[in-house]
Amino acid sequence: MKEFLIILFSAILVNNFVLTRFLGLCPFLGVSKNVKTAMGMSYAVIFVMILSTVITWPIFNYILYPQDLAYMQTVIFILVIASLVQITEMFLKKLIPPLYSSLGIFLPLITTNCAILGLTILNIDEGYSFIESIVHAIGAGVGFMLALFLFSGIRAKLDYADVPRMMKGLPIALVSASLIAIAFYGFKDLIEQLFG
Amino acid sequence: MARQKERPQNNPYKPSLLNEITKGILRENPVFRLLLGICPALAVTTSVENSLGMGIASTFVLLSANLVVSLLRHIIPPKVRIPAFIIIISGFVTVAHMIIQAFLPDLNDSLGIYIPLITVNCIILGRAEIFASKRKPFPSVLDGLGMGIGYTVALVSIGLVREVLGNGAILGFQFISADAYIRPMMIMILPPGGFFVFGILVAFAQRLSERMDNSSNHKGDTDLCAGAINDQTACIICGGCGLGRQAKTAPMDPEQAKHTKRGDAE
Repeated sequence: MKEFLIILFSAILVNNFVLTRFLGLCPFLGVSKNVKTAMGMSYAVIFVMILSTVITWPIFNYILYPQDLAYMQTVIFILVIASLVQITEMFLKKLIPPLYSSLGIFLPLITTNCAILGLTILNIDEGYSFIESIVHAIGAGVGFMLALFLFSGIRAKLDYADVPRMMKGLPIALVSASLIAIAFYGFKDLIEQLFG
Repeated sequence: MARQKERPQNNPYKPSLLNEITKGILRENPVFRLLLGICPALAVTTSVENSLGMGIASTFVLLSANLVVSLLRHIIPPKVRIPAFIIIISGFVTVAHMIIQAFLPDLNDSLGIYIPLITVNCIILGRAEIFASKRKPFPSVLDGLGMGIGYTVALVSIGLVREVLGNGAILGFQFISADAYIRPMMIMILPPGGFFVFGILVAFAQRLSERMDNSSNHKGDTDLCAGAINDQTACIICGGCGLGRQAKTAPMDPEQAKHTKRGDAE
């Protein structure tokens, strides 16, 4: 139980995917203009992260690794994720229309999102078991949501801020992201304090 | 909309071969002006050495993928072009990864998962979609080379600032020792420093581009997202990068996103 909590909290706070690992920066900067779209995007990311972990982990450990095909990891994973997203989209459209209308529009956006591929590769690199991988996926997704939620709240206010002309738009947003990252850096020793 | 986007892409520059190389370095610099591929641009730029390694690996993938996509441009059916491009790109990424693992193990350790993640770098898919799938092989290779050099230059300049300020060193040569009176700012090589340095450099790039661009049809860097060549590809390439065209209007219009979907499902 303790290991799962360590993985969960370190993925959310200490090794936050966006603010520490710099994965998924495109949606972080792109869809953070208002809180509602940011949350929609986050739910879709959490959903796809869990789903792709559930699929890619067995593929690597039961097919690629025993067959000495571990070097095919990148090619297979991106292919699996891309087709998975496409299939999920079609299923949701036909079977669960309400869920599709809230998540569906975000799904094609995250096919080539580096957070998803990064997560599946990290699960393998860190040598997590199947359950640990799923916990890691949940942590990564929630961490993404937290960062996006905080950032979109700040960004809504930034439009009214009086900043120098050359800093308008993206530069000031990046500097704000830097400040959030400093705040998250404060969680560095959290895991040792709590579980050490 | 789509047509308006295409015009500034093609018209202002005559397709001279030298132009294909130089445009990627300054005028269409992928990182500072098109704002693509910024995940590795922040993650691995803690030192000049890592930045250079990442830049060269990306250039190799960009160049090879552009060449192959261009050679296969009449063979790949348009409807499955994006998956086909991804497979071609990930193949070359695997090649690059294996070469780095074999000959540069230290670099492999410090770049870590960011080497396989070159696959989902928006620049490479973006160039394949916008340029290589429509042009002959030779210009495509030059385009890949130019964009790759531009990307490397951008990574190295971020890496230079971060290494000098954060570590007091250039390429491992220490010129401020750790116990000197003025200590290096550790924060610059930590993640927050990455955001900060990149933000400031983008601000300067914006300023510079405002000065350089007098023509009205080529104004500002942020409205030229390489993924935003038309409504169908805009979102898919950048993985939700609304930095370009969409940033000007609503963050993401559901109606428009539906269009994207329909266009893609056909």
